[in-house]
Amino acid sequence: MNFETIIGLEVHVELKTNSKIFSPSPNHFGAKPNENVNPIDLAYPGVLPQLNEEAINFAMKAAMALNCEIATHQRFDRKNYFYPDNPKAYQITQDAQPIGSNGWIDIEVDGKTKRIGITRIHMEEDAGKLIHSDDGYSLVDYNRAGTPLVEIVSEPDIRSPEEAYAYLEKLRNIIQFTGVSDVKMEEGSLRCDANISLRPIGQEKFGTKAELKNLNSFSFVQKGLEFEEKRQREVLLAGGEILQETRRYDEQTRETVLMRIKEGADDYRYFPEPDLMPLYIDEAWKERIRAEIPELPDARKKRYIEEYKLPAYDAMVLTSTKEMSDFFEATIEAEADIKQASNWLMGEVSAYMNKEQKDLSELALTPAGLAKMINLINDGTLSSKMAKKVFAELVENGGDPEKIIKEKGLVQISDEGQLTDIITKILDANEQSIEDFKNGKDRALGFLVGQVMKETKGQANPPMVNKILLAEMKKR
Amino acid sequence: MSIFDYTLKEIQAKLHNKELTVTDLVAASYDQIDRVEEELKSFITLNKEAALAQAKQLDQETNDTNNPLFGIPVGIKDNVLTKGLKTTGASKMLSNFDDPLFDATVVEKLNDAKTVMIGKLNMDEFAMGSSTENSAFSTTHNPWNIDYVPGGSSGGSAAAVAGREVFFSLGSDTGGSIRGPSSYCGVVGMKPTYGLVSRFGVIAFASSLDQVGTITKTVEDNAHVLQAIAGQDPMDQTTVAVDVPNYQDTLKDGVKGLKIAVPKEFLAEGVSEEVKQSVLDALKVYEDLGATWEEVTLPHSKYAVAAYYIISSGEASANLARFDGIRYGHRSENATDMIDLFKKSRSEGFGAEVKRRIMFGTLTQSAGYYDDYYHKAQQARRLIKADFDQLFEKYDVVIGPTTPTTAFKIGEQIDDSLTMYANDLLTIPVNLAGVPAISIPSGFSAETGLPFGLQIIGKHFAEDTVFRTAYAFEQATDHHTKRPNLGGAK
Amino acid sequence: MAKVTKDQVKKIADVARLDINEEETEVLVQQLSDMLSYADVLKDLDTEGVEPLYQVHEHTNVLRKDEPRQWITQDEALKNATIKKDGQFQVPSILE
Ligand SMILES: [Mg+2]
Ligand SMILES: [Zn+2]
Repeated sequence: MNFETIIGLEVHVELKTNSKIFSPSPNHFGAKPNENVNPIDLAYPGVLPQLNEEAINFAMKAAMALNCEIATHQRFDRKNYFYPDNPKAYQITQDAQPIGSNGWIDIEVDGKTKRIGITRIHMEEDAGKLIHSDDGYSLVDYNRAGTPLVEIVSEPDIRSPEEAYAYLEKLRNIIQFTGVSDVKMEEGSLRCDANISLRPIGQEKFGTKAELKNLNSFSFVQKGLEFEEKRQREVLLAGGEILQETRRYDEQTRETVLMRIKEGADDYRYFPEPDLMPLYIDEAWKERIRAEIPELPDARKKRYIEEYKLPAYDAMVLTSTKEMSDFFEATIEAEADIKQASNWLMGEVSAYMNKEQKDLSELALTPAGLAKMINLINDGTLSSKMAKKVFAELVENGGDPEKIIKEKGLVQISDEGQLTDIITKILDANEQSIEDFKNGKDRALGFLVGQVMKETKGQANPPMVNKILLAEMKKR
Repeated sequence: MSIFDYTLKEIQAKLHNKELTVTDLVAASYDQIDRVEEELKSFITLNKEAALAQAKQLDQETNDTNNPLFGIPVGIKDNVLTKGLKTTGASKMLSNFDDPLFDATVVEKLNDAKTVMIGKLNMDEFAMGSSTENSAFSTTHNPWNIDYVPGGSSGGSAAAVAGREVFFSLGSDTGGSIRGPSSYCGVVGMKPTYGLVSRFGVIAFASSLDQVGTITKTVEDNAHVLQAIAGQDPMDQTTVAVDVPNYQDTLKDGVKGLKIAVPKEFLAEGVSEEVKQSVLDALKVYEDLGATWEEVTLPHSKYAVAAYYIISSGEASANLARFDGIRYGHRSENATDMIDLFKKSRSEGFGAEVKRRIMFGTLTQSAGYYDDYYHKAQQARRLIKADFDQLFEKYDVVIGPTTPTTAFKIGEQIDDSLTMYANDLLTIPVNLAGVPAISIPSGFSAETGLPFGLQIIGKHFAEDTVFRTAYAFEQATDHHTKRPNLGGAK
Repeated sequence: MAKVTKDQVKKIADVARLDINEEETEVLVQQLSDMLSYADVLKDLDTEGVEPLYQVHEHTNVLRKDEPRQWITQDEALKNATIKKDGQFQVPSILE
């Protein structure tokens, strides 16, 4: 029997507002435990939530970027459950009236474009963090409690673990462009749970699904789903039954492990949050936010291909992060050649970032510096070999390429008279090489060029050296 | 005449003339507490040392005669958080909550007005009850007859004012918890419009119904105190941006031409004959003052108590879920694992009435019950509010009794929750509609000598009309001048 | 007839994280049944087409500006907790 895989993803994204969603505590990663908390975050008796306007703006931006319809009437609900990281024992979330619905994103797998639906996106608050220690206790840090989140629920449109990976990459890419989140899985600002079920090909009804948790990277999502796909297939082929389970991905064994079996649906007893007034998002508010959304990766990619005539691959790499794309455009803006700007960014710059494990924003290199360097290569001031030295300096310490050239004495000798004098001297001293060259030994030319470079400490303009050498030899 | 018989304004004049000092006022409070507290048990926590120190300091300052609250000794219901001063909600759960870390907004406002905090007042645990018998610490007694309950849940707040332990107090009212005890104790108790007074720092019982209010001996004083605590608070997003009028401006304008509605449901079965008669007597007073009244109907009021218990218990079950013993409050020492810690801490910390309401609220919000109970109750709330809206199109105020009977005996109803709940029959619809209502003394039972309370209800944010109506009656009668006889009070 | 069963009462107690013994369970079966019976008066009420009213005021968009404020210290955050360690609240370990 052949099966079809059905996958739906639930992604939580932390919004990087200055303060939390319902309290004025600072909202940033990396503070000491329980330092960014106040009585509201700790659910002291008598405290009330105070909804942060910017959290709504950020969530709306994300929802719009994911092509969602924005609800005009919204409210918050209480989702009741006891857990030590959930201080009120209810989470304030949007159950009945989420901010966005009916969205989609396009992904590309094997060169084909596929549209994945987004059922809904809603605002809610994050929980605190539980740190397990081996002395039989856990420790609770509520710094994260109250961080604004959006939960993005996909339609069950994803048909393979590979598509799931592509969906996550694209989702991260789009949200990152909107600037509302760092979307860093390693810092927890993007988290993903996956639902997966199998059904015999041709069957309409979905099979029973398992929910995967503890997926700490995109590749673990893919690996976890691949394992689960295989596991479920084997169970079904053996005539077994898939139970409604929550399973955890074990990074060591690369297997999914049963956490608990769900008996029926959880009853969270949602009810409208009486401490917050509902939202009415009018068209003007929606338009104001829409106008703040920058050009998104797909649109940029298209423009790079159509306007800049870049290959599709280049356009994709250059729009893989907003920083890269913005850097690229600023470099062009500073009058660099488009293709060369692209080549440098995809080549030397990316290689350096990889080697040093640094973000573009952490480099000393500026778009203006890169553009100037490219133009100095084009007007012959820099040889490509010298350019590497200039780049090394620019990327480490920044500065003006022209100054670097002067300080390091890197100016290329392109003066025809000066070069002719040097070449004449070298030809005089190497009669045999001229003879060899005329007898068809091409290697002789290389030797002569080498001599010129040695004499000029590598600063001679190579194309000119070639040209003058040939002309002078012809004269002899 | 004792200094407790002066109005707030009169006290300010005496402070100004140096006839009195703040220290005198504070000492008078603690003297009276020494005399009567053994009988009343109004307080959970006293703040004597800090209060006397504060009084000393205030006596160095010149008092601003425009501030009627300067130096006035106040008691606060113990569900209102006070920085550095234990706040328990009358629950074992919070018996170790020594420093709530911040002041409730209403406390902050009273501090700004330079009142002096005498102590924290007894109540039914987490404001759930109508008799103050549900306190984990003690039962408060009615100052008029200590065999009787003071009402609840703000029983300590009403008893302390009636018993002259403080000059005024704050209570909270979710279904009648200020008006009920004010009626039973013969004092003036105001439940403001929902959203007029900040709930920030007030331990939540039912978020959509709770409102902090004021308990005083006179209507004029009550208006002064409400003036000080009312207004929008950014910390409570359910407070409303309204301009709070100066209540004193219209207080004495009289009731000539005032249109009064008297719902027949407020004088129906379940309301004692003497209580009915007290209301008819009051209406006669109003007629004499130039007002008119008509009998009307609140057709959905019979659904109010059911809707109230579903809504308030539902909200409470979530509001009280935070008490898990981890960050504050009682933590069980007998727990074996996490779930057990939750269960044991909560079961050891909560009293029976609180547990019962949490259970009922959890049940009626569960799948299979939500639609028939929780959802339906909220629909009923809309209809009940619409009843009031309709009346206020034609009438200025709605008047009736505050409670169906005068105070009942301690222990008499404690085992019968449904009977107990019925005491709030006439106050609950007001909370569901969110409108303001006051209870003022309107006579005494010939049988027991216990006070009656007259309830005057206004439309949203018409506290000025309610005060004016109440003041006219108060000035035309002498019920408010009567004082209970306690511990040889001066 | 009781409107709620013993099993239901036990289940609700579990959901609400309350530990109740046999005796309390029996009492609650009776009390919750009585309360439900009382609440059943709502069944007589025709609410067809009536929007539930969750809050008495129906204004919208009460919001806070996104301005961070440090309010209490780490020590204060932990002040009222009975068991704490390394700046954190200590709880029995969660095994899932
Ligand atoms: Mg979810
Ligand atoms: Zn979520």
